[in-house]
Amino acid sequence: MAEPIKLSIDGKPVTVPPGTLLIEAAKQVGIEVPSFCYYPGLSLQGACRMCLVAIEKMPKLQTACTTVVTNGMVVHTDTPEVANTRKSMLEFLLTNHPLDCPVCDKGGECELQDAVFRYGAAETRFLEGKLHEEEKKFSNLVYYDRPRCILCFRCIRVCDEGMDVNAYGIGFRAAHSEIIPNRGEQLECEECGMCIDICPVGALTSGTYRYKTRPWEVTYTGTICNHCGDGCRTTLSVRNNVVIRANNRDHSGLNGEFLCVKGRFGWDFVNSERRLKSPLLRKNGKQEEASWEEALTFTVERLKTILAEHGPGAVAVIGSNRTTNEEDYLLQRFARTVLGTNDIDHHRTADFSSLVRALTEAGATDRYATIEDISAAKSLLLIGNDPTHQHPLIAYQIRQAVRQHGARLYIVNSREIKLRRQSSQYLQVKPQGEAEAVRALAGQAPAAQDLCAGGTGALTALADALKKESDTVILFGDEIQGQTVNDLVTCGLTLPGKTRFVALGDYANSRGAADMGLLPDTLPGYQPLSNEKARERMESAWAAKIPAAPGRNIRSIFEGIRAGEIKALLVFGANPVKTFGLDNAALTGLQLLFVAELFRTETAELANVVVPAASFAEKSGTVTNTCGEVQALKRTMRQAGTRSDLEILLALARLFGQRWTYQSPEDVLREIIALVPGYDIPLPSLLVGRAVPTHPEGRPPALERPDLVFSSRDSLFTSGTLSRYSWALNSVDEAKKPYGHAF
Amino acid sequence: MLSDRLKAKFDSVIARYPLKRSAIVPLLLFAQDEIGYVSDEAVEEIARRVGVNPIEVIEDIGYYSMLHRQPVGKFHLQVCTNISCMLRGGEKIFEHCAKELGIEHKQTTPDGLFSLEEVECLGACCGAPAMQVNYDFYENVTPEKLDALLADLRKKDQGSRIKD
Amino acid sequence: MADYRNPMLGSPLEVKVLTRRFDLANSASIAVYVAHEGYQALKKAFGMKPDEVINEVKKSNLRGRGGAGFNAGMKWSFVPGQTTKPKYVVSNADESEPGTCKDRVLMEYDPHQLIEGIVIAGYAIQSHQGYIYIRGEYRYLMDILDRAIEEAYAQGYLGKNILGSGFDFDLATHTGAGAYECGEETALLNSLEGLRGYPRVKPPFPALIGLYGCPTIINNVETLSNVPHIISHGGDWYAKLGTPNNGGTRLFCLSGHIERPGIYELPMGFPLRQMIEDVGGGVWHGKKLKCVIPGGSSCPVLTADEIDVPMDFDSLARIGSMLGSGGVVILDEDTCMVKAAWRIMKFYAHESCGWCVPCREGTHWLKTLLERFHSDGGMPDDPDTALDVSYNILGKTLCPLGDAAAMPMISILKKFRHEFEEHLKLGSCPYEKRAVNVA
Ligand SMILES: Cc1cc2nc3c(=O)[nH]c(=O)nc-3n(C[C@H](O)[C@H](O)[C@H](O)COP(=O)(O)O)c2cc1C
Ligand code: SF4
Ligand code: SF4
Ligand code: SF4
Ligand code: FES
Ligand code: FES
Repeated sequence: MAEPIKLSIDGKPVTVPPGTLLIEAAKQVGIEVPSFCYYPGLSLQGACRMCLVAIEKMPKLQTACTTVVTNGMVVHTDTPEVANTRKSMLEFLLTNHPLDCPVCDKGGECELQDAVFRYGAAETRFLEGKLHEEEKKFSNLVYYDRPRCILCFRCIRVCDEGMDVNAYGIGFRAAHSEIIPNRGEQLECEECGMCIDICPVGALTSGTYRYKTRPWEVTYTGTICNHCGDGCRTTLSVRNNVVIRANNRDHSGLNGEFLCVKGRFGWDFVNSERRLKSPLLRKNGKQEEASWEEALTFTVERLKTILAEHGPGAVAVIGSNRTTNEEDYLLQRFARTVLGTNDIDHHRTADFSSLVRALTEAGATDRYATIEDISAAKSLLLIGNDPTHQHPLIAYQIRQAVRQHGARLYIVNSREIKLRRQSSQYLQVKPQGEAEAVRALAGQAPAAQDLCAGGTGALTALADALKKESDTVILFGDEIQGQTVNDLVTCGLTLPGKTRFVALGDYANSRGAADMGLLPDTLPGYQPLSNEKARERMESAWAAKIPAAPGRNIRSIFEGIRAGEIKALLVFGANPVKTFGLDNAALTGLQLLFVAELFRTETAELANVVVPAASFAEKSGTVTNTCGEVQALKRTMRQAGTRSDLEILLALARLFGQRWTYQSPEDVLREIIALVPGYDIPLPSLLVGRAVPTHPEGRPPALERPDLVFSSRDSLFTSGTLSRYSWALNSVDEAKKPYGHAF
Repeated sequence: MLSDRLKAKFDSVIARYPLKRSAIVPLLLFAQDEIGYVSDEAVEEIARRVGVNPIEVIEDIGYYSMLHRQPVGKFHLQVCTNISCMLRGGEKIFEHCAKELGIEHKQTTPDGLFSLEEVECLGACCGAPAMQVNYDFYENVTPEKLDALLADLRKKDQGSRIKD
Repeated sequence: MADYRNPMLGSPLEVKVLTRRFDLANSASIAVYVAHEGYQALKKAFGMKPDEVINEVKKSNLRGRGGAGFNAGMKWSFVPGQTTKPKYVVSNADESEPGTCKDRVLMEYDPHQLIEGIVIAGYAIQSHQGYIYIRGEYRYLMDILDRAIEEAYAQGYLGKNILGSGFDFDLATHTGAGAYECGEETALLNSLEGLRGYPRVKPPFPALIGLYGCPTIINNVETLSNVPHIISHGGDWYAKLGTPNNGGTRLFCLSGHIERPGIYELPMGFPLRQMIEDVGGGVWHGKKLKCVIPGGSSCPVLTADEIDVPMDFDSLARIGSMLGSGGVVILDEDTCMVKAAWRIMKFYAHESCGWCVPCREGTHWLKTLLERFHSDGGMPDDPDTALDVSYNILGKTLCPLGDAAAMPMISILKKFRHEFEEHLKLGSCPYEKRAVNVA
């Protein structure tokens, strides 16, 4: 470390590392220097001149946001000249500002308003006509009001430097300068809305929120986005039991200020008119509304009959990628102990089991990378997947790593994914060539000549480059599964430093589903069902027997249904008909198809019983992101008629005569903490909103067949079933463009 | 379609710089000289050639006052009214143009022959009042000289917009 | 088909260094240039070490002719000797400061003088690439320079191994497209990189991080045109042409209400009164002098009582103004200073790049305030407000354009306050009634 720098600000001594900006140094001693254009992490502008301060021996005031501290610097932020300057900069900003605060979305949370309140601006002396421009609709989600814009250029920078979308520019010049979108009058972009959040004033407003409310009329609840597997923290604003906004203005959580279009706008499925509000029961071939009691009793009676007639082998369960850990945990308990079947599975979007097994076998279960590890990484190897679309936060973290501290990004992919712009080496392999490339890198099998465009030389170059890196974070998609995960881990662990790994799974609780054992051959915490000790441990906790033989995986379940062996299927928060492309006849052999869902999906349409489930906004619990970090959902609102999957499971268990004593999701979580290996996490941390990393350890059985693990390849604007019911996601034109469309 | 001559010029200009995007402003001006304004096609073509997003080209057009997104007259009269010219009757010259042509600042005559713009100092202060017709300088302009010039330009209507 | 005369009207008081060849037929051609000492300085420079060239320029007290008056040799010496990056020489031919039109004649009548100066500067800092950034309106000059550059390549004054020295240098012209702000050196660099002409935060200065992030010197056309003479005749000779610390001669552009508007090459320190009366033939039509803008519209104005001043950087600074870019604008007794101020503010409001708040909003404010004050009637508070607004711009902007707007405004408000009061009293402009003379 270089010698720290000592200076004084308003008489207070300050010691900071060399290279620190004066504005940051001031912050450290609690001195606020007002700023608009300065934004930590974004490039410096020197545009708003709000941060001018007096530095001794300098003839003019200096901008604290561009001045790097030097030893012995004596700074004053409290002189009359500085105070007057702040006031006059605000006066300048207000000359052409409409001062329509009473009707402005930003009223109450506007940085300009706050600054005027704090630093004042003389009663207006500007008597001339204000420049006026009509508000412009950049897209269905983003509106721009030029007169309110103070030209701090944050929006441009967050779009360029943060998002690498480069959708904004500046039009005209002088007092007529304005922000312009990239396609004439229109914005074509990732629609993340970062620009709206970062805008200090009400110049950029959200198509879903504008003119809906005043910020003080709503209640705010911090929870976790329910779309992709990255687990962004988001604050839902709710008014009259309707979600009206999601953002992350307090920058809490692992995503800092980041939210993608789904997190920021795509929650509106919660408010959808098409939400199921009442259970449906099929009578005379038609689904009709029924009471909860009726629906659940019918289900249990039918199950009992089937179990009695055909035994537990005739009942199968499909779990969800989005329900909470507590719900998943209870679901597999219900399946294994109440129904007595291990025929339970879910749509696996990444091969988490193989990663856990490989790291356990290598004695390296400290090598799961967190979201933070990604942005802090010096070197990143990304194999397969397209994080820009499938893992927007991770893509952001990768870009941050590259931009903020020059991390090197190495990519192996068969497609031209957008992140190649940030890569130091981009190895484009032939379609489905990712696994072959990994095996070749690991020295397991030689690569075919035609594997990549640059011949095998490019592969060698990649291997050589990686050997010179240290602390590489390796991220891989569904392209890498089974034994290849093992090869990748073995090879990765030989690289210098602490190599860490992330398996990239699709949805909000894809990881949790695997962790909680929504698998036919694996108990919670990746304990193989065949392991007697592990089984006994759960059996004694649950005071019930678990069938010892592994159950059917999801493909075998479908085969079992076709073969007439499976008579009842319970589906929680999944739409297998669509996901697995099942044909009309696939489920007709069932005597009971029970579906707990938010919407009348293709699967729900075929069901005898459909029950309306609560969405993520309407329940509490925990979810685990694709990196294995556990975070708490917080109930934000109620949706009349619905019940959470947890409540549904408890009711079913009760009807089966079980005496489960859980009163709340927390009770289930406590049991998970106590029983599930790797989940011994501190409850208080979770409850204050932290993301708690897990380090699962276990040797689950090898992957049975390759078609069990596949990603849905959602785009930025899709999210399985949920996005179909989001006005916001469907309203943006980009959603209609082909997958992989780059901005 | 941009002419082959222009495309060849593009290539030679781009080759002057280690960073292609340096050529954006010259290319815009050269394209405008040929087409009369900066067309959408020119924007796309320039963006493609220098490897930037079209919006970056559009940003430049907004900034530089000589670049237009709409056609201007075949003879673009740019009358300086800045201080040295103002002191010697630049405003009168501008008003005279406006009256003679029946157009105002940044307007074009219906026949597309003339357009008028009040501009800032042209670097001809010692010849004030000064104006430019396209790239040609006219200095020590008087209303009489202006009338003669307009008549002359009307006669020259068939010539190309820019000098080679 | 252009119609203008050579603004070099000539005066017996001139000392011709830069303009010595202007009267020759075909002075822009390489043949005439070479026949009249052309490219001799370059030969001489190649016999010197780069450092010696820089020292000679330092010794000459050549100060930047673009406006700021920074010592040219000093600026060159900031360029790091040891670096793996390429280095650049940029000649600033954006000439847009109202009242200034001298670089134009230097390029029109003696382009090779500039080219030679640039190559010598390149040799001094060991750069191998130069650009001449020409304002877009000067298209014909770009054509002249392109031709001259072609000739210089053909005859081995540019390109590889110039004059067998082993030194390589390439040079190209670059056109702007209408933006005064692009004359500001860092805005110019951004513009040259294809961006909007926004200035950069300084430090770092271009000598360290300039064009494409590489060490770069930026000098005005006139500054660089002086360099061959300094090398040929020595720094001491050049320094002695002017006053202490202000070496050489300078091209002064006399414009406005002057009898003989034109460009005159006079030694640094030439008395302003003599410049107006003897060189320029006095205020036109025998009128009385009201005001002088001594160096382009950015400079604080001088009253008729303040013209007994030697025209060099230090003397003008001493009386609170600036030598600026050599544009001397004469305003006669019938000029409305409110209107003059308005026109100047209109210019800055138009040319503000819009990046920083005080300049973007402040120039617009001043322009609209003066517009109303002059044509629709003022309010008693207006002059004070305008003064305060000017002070709120002064020294607070990112680049000096803000200051360039505030300084003349402040000086007019202070020195001609009575004219504002007259407007207020009358409710209209006292000068509008008097005929405006048209030449
Ligand atoms: C707003 C503004 C406009 C300027 N315009 C010019 C110009 O047109 N030509 C010029 O040579 N210098 C201009 N300058 C000065 C340059 O920034 C720079 O100081 C100069 O080119 C350096 O060259 P010199 O040291 O040889 O004068 C301008 C400065 C400012 C602030
Ligand atoms: S729109 Fe908002 S963020 Fe963008 S420049 Fe204007 S004020 Fe700043
Ligand atoms: S990156 Fe994923 S978790 Fe974050 S907001 Fe987007 S969809 Fe939600
Ligand atoms: S002072 Fe004016 S020209 Fe300079 S950066 Fe600020 S706005 Fe732009
Ligand atoms: S915060 Fe420093 S200039 Fe804007
Ligand atoms: S003021 Fe008109 S050309 Fe300079």
